[in-house]
Amino acid sequence: MLIKSRDDIKPSEITSESQYLNRRQLVAGLAAGAIAAGCSRADDAKPSVNPSPKSGGIQVAESTQYSRLEGVVTSPYSTPETPNTFDEVTSYNNFYEFGTGKTDPAARADTLKPRPWAIEVSGEAEKTGTFDIEDFIKPHTLEERIYRLRCVEAWSMVVPWVGIPLASILQQFKPTSKAKYVALETLVDREQMPGQRYSVLNWPYREGLTIAEAMHPLTIMAVGLYGRVLPNQNGAPMRLVVPWKYGFKSIKSIVAIRFTERQPATSWNLSAPNEYGFYANVNPDVDHPRWSQARERRIGAGVFSPKIETLPFNGYGDAVASLYDGIDLRRNF
Amino acid sequence: MATVMQWQACTMASTCGEISRRNAVMTTRTTVRDPVRWFGKPLVFLLGLLPALWIGLVAFGIAGNGLGANPVEALLDFFGNWGLRFILIGLAVTPLRKWTGWTKLTWFRRMLGLFGAFYVGLHFRTYLVLDQGLLLSAIVEDVLKRPFITLGMIAVLLLLAMTLTSTLAARRKLGKRWQQLHYSAYVVGILAVWHYWWQVKKDITEPLVYAGILSILQGSRVWSYVQKQRLIARQHPSEQVKLAKN
Repeated sequence: MLIKSRDDIKPSEITSESQYLNRRQLVAGLAAGAIAAGCSRADDAKPSVNPSPKSGGIQVAESTQYSRLEGVVTSPYSTPETPNTFDEVTSYNNFYEFGTGKTDPAARADTLKPRPWAIEVSGEAEKTGTFDIEDFIKPHTLEERIYRLRCVEAWSMVVPWVGIPLASILQQFKPTSKAKYVALETLVDREQMPGQRYSVLNWPYREGLTIAEAMHPLTIMAVGLYGRVLPNQNGAPMRLVVPWKYGFKSIKSIVAIRFTERQPATSWNLSAPNEYGFYANVNPDVDHPRWSQARERRIGAGVFSPKIETLPFNGYGDAVASLYDGIDLRRNF
Repeated sequence: MATVMQWQACTMASTCGEISRRNAVMTTRTTVRDPVRWFGKPLVFLLGLLPALWIGLVAFGIAGNGLGANPVEALLDFFGNWGLRFILIGLAVTPLRKWTGWTKLTWFRRMLGLFGAFYVGLHFRTYLVLDQGLLLSAIVEDVLKRPFITLGMIAVLLLLAMTLTSTLAARRKLGKRWQQLHYSAYVVGILAVWHYWWQVKKDITEPLVYAGILSILQGSRVWSYVQKQRLIARQHPSEQVKLAKN
């Protein structure tokens, strides 16, 4: 078994316990008021992998409450930049399936049950069908990939993902020559994902990549972060990470993979085609119609730090720019 | 004729807050000892400061759960929200007074409007200093290229003009033009909701709620105006045209 469970407690149960503790901390914090003054609430908590002295935001479950992933190797594709803290990565999320607020996923994602988890593979491939999540993870070596993540909302983080190159996973299913694109879908379940009761997006959340993008060595399926099982609010049990594209391309909690001949429809593009394209490569020269993409706010940099310059392809241009030779990236934004 | 003029002045005073020099003096004499004034005004003042106090405590880790992973965004949202709320509360004074018949509500209108300007000012300064880092080129580009920033900027300028002319002295000096200038509170209300609406990525629930409140408030003003016109038409048919011009 690749994922080592402590005391036979499922990660989902641990999450919900931690959320329970959170609420207690919140209530205690409100009640204590002045008593709590000056005392960082992180001090009361168990140590985390990367304890954050400032410890802002909702106290999300400490990382120690997620099972450690075994046999994770490092990768030359990792950035040497300092990752954001576990707290930042797990408390500031866009995951509309749990609400549109940034702290909603951390507060509400305990309803998601990431095990057991089935993924349907279909379309232009020799091997199709419904598979268990372990079939995606077990045959592969887990790698730590420390990547920059640039959100289309002009903020960014550095996240130490743990994952598997998507190419390794996709090759298991022997895609045919007709497979020009890969379409991916998130779970639809109003009980597990209460945000889906509101039609803010047209569920299920859908994303897609060209086969070349999907097979690129930088593209991974993440199953963890900070060396531990992926927290629910980050897209458990398995989510895409495409570091040179805006964050919304990196679809979470995937239940379906389809190899297609035609470009698949994608959620944000369907929702606002003039604002979000299919490619969604990070590009400082193509502004969002309503805000600039030239600069980004690095989460955790501090209130008085200026925004930093956004790099083409989020700084991964050397590795991926050739994928777009001959494509007008202003039109195909 | 004289009675019509008096009636007109009286209506103006109660509907638009236009207070003549004589009325202002009378107001001071008769109401200074009214507990609604000497107790209510400091109370509303302290209540208006509460959001600022709260966010200060949160920012320094004394209360709440901190500003979160993106404190600049948290401050922008917090001040923007409270600016919008106070603008709408200020705009609610006149309709509320009409619905409840409690005329003393008008005493709080200026303070509520100024709190709106206060929080919008904090929102604006957070944008200038913390969000844009006082990078002039980026700010100018934002104002010119992003319609929602343009709207916000116009609202800020109108609020500034109203704040600077909010004293009784300025009101006396500007006379009729004071009222015209301060009608821009209606414009600010629309701009503020619009600014919020365009800024939201997808979930427009909250801007929709504010737009609904604004529609009710402004709708009631239109309705009152229509009712008044009818009343005038019935009681003083010959004066109708003259009053309508005002």
